[in-house]
Amino acid sequence: MSIFVDENTRVIVQGATGHQGRFHMGAMQEFGTKVVAGVTPGKGGESVYGIPVYNTVEESMEREPNASVIFVPAPNAKDAVMEALDAGIKTVVVITDHIPVHDAMKFVNHAIHKKVKLIGPNCPGIASPEKSKMGIIPNMVLSKGNVGVISRSGTLTYEIVNSLTERNLGQSTCIGLGGDPIIGTTFVDALEAFERDIETKAIVLVGEIGGTAEEEAAAHIRKNVTKPAYVYIAGRSAPPRKKMGHAGAIISGGKGTAELKRDAFRAAGAKVAVFPQDIAEMIKNDMAI
Amino acid sequence: MKLHEYQGKEIFSSYGIPVPEGRVIEKKEELASIDLKFPWVMKAQILTGGRGRAGGIGFASGIDEAEKIFYELMGRKINGCIAKKILVEEKLDIEREFYLSVTVDRDRRCPIVLFSRHGGIDIGITKSIRNDGKREGKKGDIVKIYVNPLVGIQDYQMERVDKDVADIIRKTYAIFEDKECELVEINPLAYAGGRLVAADSKIVINDNALFRHPEIPEENEELTPLEREARRSGISFVQLDGNVGVIANGAGLTMATLDALDEYGGKGMFLDLSGTDDPEKVKSAFRILKKARADVIFVNLFGSITKCDTVAYGIRNVIDEEGIDCPVVARIRGTNEENAAKILEGKVIAIRSFKEAAKMAAELGGR
Repeated sequence: MSIFVDENTRVIVQGATGHQGRFHMGAMQEFGTKVVAGVTPGKGGESVYGIPVYNTVEESMEREPNASVIFVPAPNAKDAVMEALDAGIKTVVVITDHIPVHDAMKFVNHAIHKKVKLIGPNCPGIASPEKSKMGIIPNMVLSKGNVGVISRSGTLTYEIVNSLTERNLGQSTCIGLGGDPIIGTTFVDALEAFERDIETKAIVLVGEIGGTAEEEAAAHIRKNVTKPAYVYIAGRSAPPRKKMGHAGAIISGGKGTAELKRDAFRAAGAKVAVFPQDIAEMIKNDMAI
Repeated sequence: MKLHEYQGKEIFSSYGIPVPEGRVIEKKEELASIDLKFPWVMKAQILTGGRGRAGGIGFASGIDEAEKIFYELMGRKINGCIAKKILVEEKLDIEREFYLSVTVDRDRRCPIVLFSRHGGIDIGITKSIRNDGKREGKKGDIVKIYVNPLVGIQDYQMERVDKDVADIIRKTYAIFEDKECELVEINPLAYAGGRLVAADSKIVINDNALFRHPEIPEENEELTPLEREARRSGISFVQLDGNVGVIANGAGLTMATLDALDEYGGKGMFLDLSGTDDPEKVKSAFRILKKARADVIFVNLFGSITKCDTVAYGIRNVIDEEGIDCPVVARIRGTNEENAAKILEGKVIAIRSFKEAAKMAAELGGR
C-alpha cells in the first residue's frame, strides 16, 4: 500500500507542452507513473514522449485518467484546476507557484465540494516509490520502504528524503503539501491516511513557521496516531512579520512561531529534530531498539 | 502589498463606504489651501502598526498648530518609517467605535468577516480579534461570518447585525473580492453624526494578484531597495540583521540553513535562489549579498533539476569576475555534485556535511 497515488493512478499532465511540464512528464514516466495523456489548449494532436496531447481535459477522458498534475502558469492555473474538477478527475496535484490566493480559495472549495483530493498549490507533488509519482520530487532521492513523509516545502523535503534513502530508510509515500497559505490537502488529511496505511511504519513531518496547521497536526497525533512521528520545523530563527520566501511562512501576532509548533509536537509525543538530517538518524536509532 | 490609509479610503469611498472629509498633502504650503473645518486630524501616511502611539497622529485646532504638527510628522522616523504624505481630515465627533475586517482564514480556507461591537486603538484586542476571532467578552460582542468564496455572502448571514452594519460589510467584502485582498480592515468603524464612517483603513492586496490590478500603484514600500532589486532578478531575498549571506534553493531549505547557522551562534540573511540553471542569477545573488555587506557567503544547495555543476560554474565566474573578497563556504549536494566540487576547487571552502558547513560559516561570521 501507500497513500493517495499507486499503480492504479492514471495521470494526465496539464501544461504538458511547456518547459516544466515536458521535462517532468519524462521524469514521471521514468519513475514508472502511468502517464496517459497531456493537455494543452491549442496543442491537441501533438505528442510528448509518445503520449498524446489533447486540447481539453474532457477530450483526454477517452484515455481513462483518474488524476491530473498541473504545471499551468499561475495566471491560468485556476482555470486548469476547475477544468480537471469539472471533468471528473479524482486526484489533482497543483505544482504551480504564485497562484493568487483568491483563486486558490475558489478551487480548493470547489474540490472539497466535488470530494476531490487536491494537493498543493505551490508544492512538489507526491510520490509512492516503485508505483507512481505526480510532480517534481527528484527520482534519485526516493526509494521504496516504510517511512511516510509529509512536508510543506520542496527542496528541504528532498534533503530529508535523500538522507533517509542514504540510510536505507525507504518511503511508502512522500507528499509535499505546498508553501501557500491556502492548500487542499492538510497535515491532518495525510496523517489519517498514513495511520491507516499498513505499509507505513513511521511518519516524518516537515513543517515551517506560519499558520497553525502544525499545531492541528500535533493535536491529531496526540489523539489518533499510534505510529512514531518525527518532526522538523523550519524558521526557528526567522523574525516576526517577515515573509520567508513562501507566501505562508510568516509569523503574525505572535502566532505561527517554530517554538510553539515544536512544543505542540513534543507534547503530543512526537520527536523533534534540531537539524533536518537528524531525522534519519533518530529513526535509525529507534528501529535498532 | 499594504496600501496607505489614504489609498484605502479612496477605495472605500468609491464603493460607497463613508470616510471623513480629507486631503492628502506633501508640502507645508498646501496647508493654507485646505478648506476643511477645524479641528483637524493629521495622520502620517506610513505602513506601520501602532502609529498613534508612536506619535504619527496629531490634532490641530488652527493653522499655526497644523504647521507645527506638519513638521513633527514629516521630520522624523516613526517606527522606523518616514512619511512622504500626510492625510488631513476633519475630526469626527465619535460616539461609538466598532471593528470590522474581512480576511483569509487559513484553517477553514475561506474568507472570514469579523465584526466587533468594540473597536478602537487597543492594539491587543484588535490583534486577537484579527488572528483568531476569539476574545473575552460578552456573548454577541463578536460576529464571525465564514463566506463560501464561490458564492459570496448570503442574506441569512447578515441577520446577526444591524442593517447599516450589514451594508458596510457587503461593501467591504466586495472590495476584498474585487481587489483580491488578504485583509480589509476598518478600525475603528466609527458611529459619528448619525452614520457609520471608516475612520481608518488597512488594506493588504495579495502580491500574486497584482498583475491583474493595474489600477493599484505598485510601490511596495515594505521591501528594502535591495529586496526589490532581488525580486526583479527572480530572487527571493529577505534583508535580515545578520552578516552571513545564505544562498540556498527553496524557501524551506533557506530557512533551515539560517536556523542551523543560528544554532552555532551565527546570524544570516535569507536568499532563496529557487530553481535555476541560469549562471546570471547566481551572479545577481552574490552581488546583492555583497551590497548588503555580507562578511561571509554560505551557499547551501541541493541540486536535482538544478544541476550542481551549472551552479558551480556560476559561482566560479562570479568569484573571478567580481573579485569576491569574503570567504565563501559551499555545501553543494545532489545531481553532479562531484563535478561541482572539481569546478570550485580552491575557490571556496567546500564542506559536505550540513552541520559542519553551518558551523564554519557561523565561526567565520563571528570574527
